[in-house]
Amino acid sequence: MSPILHIARKELKDGFRNRWILAITLIFALLSVGISWLGAAGSGVIGFTSLPNTIVSLASLAVFLIPLIALFLAYDAIVGEDEDGTLLLLLTYPLSKSQLLLGKLLGHGSMMGLSTLLGFGASAITILIFAEGINGPDVLLAFGGFVLSATLLGCVFLGFAYAISAWVSEKSKAAGGALLFWFTFVLIFDLALLGTLVATEGRFHPELFPFLLLLNPTDVFRLINLLGFDGSGQGVLAVAQDLSFGPGVLYSVLVLWLLLPVGIAYRLFLKRPL
Amino acid sequence: MTLIRLHQVQKRFANVEALQALSLTLEPGEVLGLFGHNGAGKTTTMKLILGLEKPTQGIVEVFGQSPWQRHFSTLRHQIGFLPESVSFYPQLTGREVLHYFARLKKVDTRQADGLLERIGLTHAVNRKVKTYSKGMRQRLGLAQALLSQPKLLLLDEPTVGLDPIATQEFYGMVDELRDQGCGVILCSHVLPGVEKHINRAAILGQGRLRALGSLAELRAQANLPMTIRVTSALARSTLQQQLADLEMSTETMRPINGHTLEWESSPGNKMRILRRLAQQPELDDINIQEPSLESLYRHFVEQPTEVRS
Repeated sequence: MSPILHIARKELKDGFRNRWILAITLIFALLSVGISWLGAAGSGVIGFTSLPNTIVSLASLAVFLIPLIALFLAYDAIVGEDEDGTLLLLLTYPLSKSQLLLGKLLGHGSMMGLSTLLGFGASAITILIFAEGINGPDVLLAFGGFVLSATLLGCVFLGFAYAISAWVSEKSKAAGGALLFWFTFVLIFDLALLGTLVATEGRFHPELFPFLLLLNPTDVFRLINLLGFDGSGQGVLAVAQDLSFGPGVLYSVLVLWLLLPVGIAYRLFLKRPL
Repeated sequence: MTLIRLHQVQKRFANVEALQALSLTLEPGEVLGLFGHNGAGKTTTMKLILGLEKPTQGIVEVFGQSPWQRHFSTLRHQIGFLPESVSFYPQLTGREVLHYFARLKKVDTRQADGLLERIGLTHAVNRKVKTYSKGMRQRLGLAQALLSQPKLLLLDEPTVGLDPIATQEFYGMVDELRDQGCGVILCSHVLPGVEKHINRAAILGQGRLRALGSLAELRAQANLPMTIRVTSALARSTLQQQLADLEMSTETMRPINGHTLEWESSPGNKMRILRRLAQQPELDDINIQEPSLESLYRHFVEQPTEVRS
């Protein structure tokens, strides 16, 4: 068996042991079941309303939580092993830096995937069982796409976390850096776009603007989950309404977003002094 | 086959000369002690041998190959390394830690269990590593280094934190490995007790090799005085008079207490002095102390003489 699998297996086992997977799954399950059934409470309705509404609400929730969880899970992946002295030891083993990094990604990625599948799967199952007048395959398809894109988004932020972890020399700095990344991509980026849009009264390169959304993986994730639904996006996503990025394009962009930070993390890891 | 060959190795970090003109070899079945103060270049030497760093100049060969090259990875199975301070994974049990490392080294986990027994950790294998004492952690580290029956073993400060009995057991294990043909580099600044277990010593200072050779060779080279101490019921001045012909002057003889005299003498005088003292019926005790590794170490570090080989 390749060392990648041994490392992934250890990370996954650690995830079960310290109840990380359980905690994340429970959070996802509670929030998603809640949103599925109470999402429309604001408009005076309780119970399942519609699939598009549910998925869009879930996406707005996931966009905050998933990056945070991924960053939290992986920020000490390299700097932590370094502080414990195990990194030096591992590198004297028949094992390359790329294998170590990929093993971590596979392990942490499986944790994200598993928690997302179980957590959001729970709400798909309650909808299938309790909601009336719904089309089963539609629900499965929508939730399947949601889980896949959410896992990919998680992996993108795992990549960011590895890059930070390979770069800094102390765990506390990695934690600070992770928080900064979260702020930038989840809050500041959209605010800045929205601000520009409002300040220029929408005249700032209207053709270019939707493409700017592709510069933020969280927006790509939200665009994926708006696809196929005629519900218009809220906030900055409204600008992409007329634009028809196909799912192929959006998923490819998300995969590119995964390769970029992982590649950077690898370069930084190679240059990291021991 | 020579296990390690360093030839005129230089290593520079940014603008710090970590190592200069270092030449060393290690043969199978040999224990080489690597001594030096902090920052002398011990750890850099280890990292070069492990292929974690690339030499700025010179040749580093381990098993006849350059360890920093990619294809060296397959030879890493035959190297055991015990880092200076490793806390492992505090949340895992000792057995889990060793099994993880065994899998990464493609060693049967049953063999890992056998090692845990041999290293004396059987009672604690199912306890989390965070509850381990420093000595137990060090044993676990050693078990890790011994996985895959290495041909080359690098030990960085292996006895720090071990009690005297554990230290004895540890050196017993090193002796055993050496007898099986394993080459060992032992890096330490705890000098007392190491003498008996090393074949050769290399003393580093400021990134340069200050001395290299067996203890007998180093003693001859340093020509440090030995210390002689005699105890007698006679009064000190009488004793001093009786022994006056032994040395050029009795001024160097120091009284330790009313009945004991101590002085330093050149190692070449050893047998002459011993014969003379043995004929002295009034003496109750004779003690001759040859220069310890510690004083040799101090001599070579403080009086920079360079070794060229």
